[in-house]
Amino acid sequence: MAKLTLEELKKLREEKRKELNNRRTEGKDVQVIVGMGTCGIAAGAKDTFDAFLKEIDQSGLTNVTIRQTGCMGLCHSEPTVEVIVPDMPSVVYGNVNPDVAQRIVRKHIVGKIMINDHIFDKPAADIIK
Amino acid sequence: MAFKNYILVCGGAGCEANRGVDLYKTLQKELQEQGVENEAQVVKTGCFGFCEKGPIVKMLPDETFYVSVKPEDAKEIVAEHVVKGRPVARLLYDKTQSRTNAKLEDIDFYQKQVRIVLRNCGVIDPDSIDEYIARDGYDALAKVLTEMTQDQVIEELKKSGLRGRGGAGFLTWKKWMFTKQVASNEKYVICNADEGDPGAYMDRSTIEGDPHSILEAMTIAGRTVGASQGVIYIRAEYPLAIIRLENAIKQAKDYGLLGENILGTGFNFNIEIRLGAGAFVCGEETALIASTEGRRGMPIPRPPFPAVRGLWQKPTVINNVETYANIPMIVLRGGDWFAKIGTETSKGTKVFALTGKINNSGLIEVPMGTTLREIIYDIGGGIRGGKAFKAVQTGGPSGGVITSEYLDTPIDYEHLQKLGSIMGSGGMIVMDEDDCMVDVARFYQEFCVDESCGKCAPCRIGTRTIYNLLTGICQGRGTMDDLQKINEIGRAMQKAALCGLGQTAPNPVLSTMKYYEKEYLAHIKEKKCPSGKCRDLVTYYILPNKCIGCTVCARRCPVGAITGERQKIHTINQETCIKCGECLKACKFSAVFRR
Ligand SMILES: Cc1cc2nc3c(=O)[nH]c(=O)nc-3n(C[C@H](O)[C@H](O)[C@H](O)COP(=O)(O)O)c2cc1C
Repeated sequence: MAKLTLEELKKLREEKRKELNNRRTEGKDVQVIVGMGTCGIAAGAKDTFDAFLKEIDQSGLTNVTIRQTGCMGLCHSEPTVEVIVPDMPSVVYGNVNPDVAQRIVRKHIVGKIMINDHIFDKPAADIIK
Repeated sequence: MAFKNYILVCGGAGCEANRGVDLYKTLQKELQEQGVENEAQVVKTGCFGFCEKGPIVKMLPDETFYVSVKPEDAKEIVAEHVVKGRPVARLLYDKTQSRTNAKLEDIDFYQKQVRIVLRNCGVIDPDSIDEYIARDGYDALAKVLTEMTQDQVIEELKKSGLRGRGGAGFLTWKKWMFTKQVASNEKYVICNADEGDPGAYMDRSTIEGDPHSILEAMTIAGRTVGASQGVIYIRAEYPLAIIRLENAIKQAKDYGLLGENILGTGFNFNIEIRLGAGAFVCGEETALIASTEGRRGMPIPRPPFPAVRGLWQKPTVINNVETYANIPMIVLRGGDWFAKIGTETSKGTKVFALTGKINNSGLIEVPMGTTLREIIYDIGGGIRGGKAFKAVQTGGPSGGVITSEYLDTPIDYEHLQKLGSIMGSGGMIVMDEDDCMVDVARFYQEFCVDESCGKCAPCRIGTRTIYNLLTGICQGRGTMDDLQKINEIGRAMQKAALCGLGQTAPNPVLSTMKYYEKEYLAHIKEKKCPSGKCRDLVTYYILPNKCIGCTVCARRCPVGAITGERQKIHTINQETCIKCGECLKACKFSAVFRR
């Protein structure tokens, strides 16, 4: 990557913002975002991440991106995972072990039904527009 | 097909006890009766906090937040909200109750948290500079490099009122101004990521979740004070944070946002990482600088302050991770925006690592001025196991305790100090009725004994002496004279120790002595530990009139101290007993007794 000028930085920002807000353009409209700070990883987030990969692969879904992020702040219920599905409000699931990950794929992503006992409130409104 | 509405019913212990289960079922029944079961799904969730106002119902996608919802309200929620699409006004959470957020127009939610420092944590991929850029990343740097003078940056910081988050709360703009004013061909910018107090992990999480925000802020600092080299001092025990920083530095260099000729403006700035070996004293700025230079991490007296003579004897800005993370937002939104959040003397937010006997432990960020009650009950979901709240410890080994009397004190630098504690870097440990305050003081004192660098006598000898006295009290050898001694030594250390470590090391013991004198007296005069924590002071008995000889306690005892035949009265051999309390927990007939 060549070094950016001011103009290029602005252009890159516009491009990436669109991508982040609207992944539909790439045909991948479902996002699974796994909290992978030290706290999440210690609670098993890597296994959870792998379980999502495996389950999505097995169910033949091609529209799902799995991403990592830092700590969402809900240490009491790590691993935590945000699930974004079109036409559904995005939610944060806590205590997501591989078994729950499988249920999230089958019920939430495929069946569009939310799963009991694992949803937590997002701690704060996003201040970045 | 997705549902049009999702009705989230809090399934936390508090809400369930308040007929949350009935509510869940009634809502489902109402959906069917009103023929809209395909319009909405009722979902039982984990704890949402706000337990005192439960049961809580949150409607999605419109984010309506209902409190104190009873099963009788289900009919109206379905008829009004689901069928007609309008909220049930009388159940809405009154957000004017949240004093602190009311001031900030663009935060119009029931949530108590406002995330400025943690704005990207849990949102972006920390290994992706593109995602950071997409969320306004490096926009502040671009602004500083192309549209602002050095004095304008300092002016915005001044308006913002930002104070250092590393503990002492020194005004950041002053630090930067002093460093800028000193003429020197070489200056440095340091980020203090040592984070050594027990129970604290705010800085680690911030770096792990959003490493670029630190790089951007340090570069802004470099430009403002006239430095071209930055150093991040981070403990080697934070491997993931280090990897993410290294990766972020590489990406920023590739993009020309770090290194030579940044954004084509001719400004050069580099950042290197220095690993610390995990010594608490190396978080103290002069010791940190010594350690960075390759010398043993020991403090030196100030002045001169690092702003005048710091790393390699050159003028140096040293700030904490959280302090830096605020800066890009202040540059972008302006100091006035930032100053609207918080209290008169303490602006912005504070990140806390909320741990201990709390239901929802976590990393939280709240506006300054939020009360402890809001943090513990509305965000933290109350005390675990329904026990009674006893105290909160803030400021780690340099801080003190805050008791239930002061739950409504707004949290800022001044109020905490008045209560004999400090803001510290943000560890917040919640304690309940089972915690012994003498034992807590002893724990922190032991930490200070271990971490004292030994350079000055008040700290080296003082921490050890106080620790020995506290151990004696916990073991039943304490005298009233000991309390007097602790007081005298503590006061002397506060005045005479060389650095903050020794000056603040007596705080936990002095603070607990002040608020929990009765507990100290019980240990000394009655040789009793009221919470049953100090093993040397408790004895377990089996009450003969209650024991039915079920043998459960004998089987549970890990050291075989309990003897007795089936259906005969059991006894505890006091010589063997290690006072673990397992028998007390195991007995179903209240026959085990602690004294
Ligand atoms: C014993 C001791 C330990 C400290 N540990 C830290 C630390 O881990 N992180 C930190 O940022 N500041 C720590 N400080 C405070 C620093 O000396 C310094 O005040 C701080 O880095 C300044 O940054 P700020 O103005 O942004 O708060 C410590 C101070 C003492 C006395």
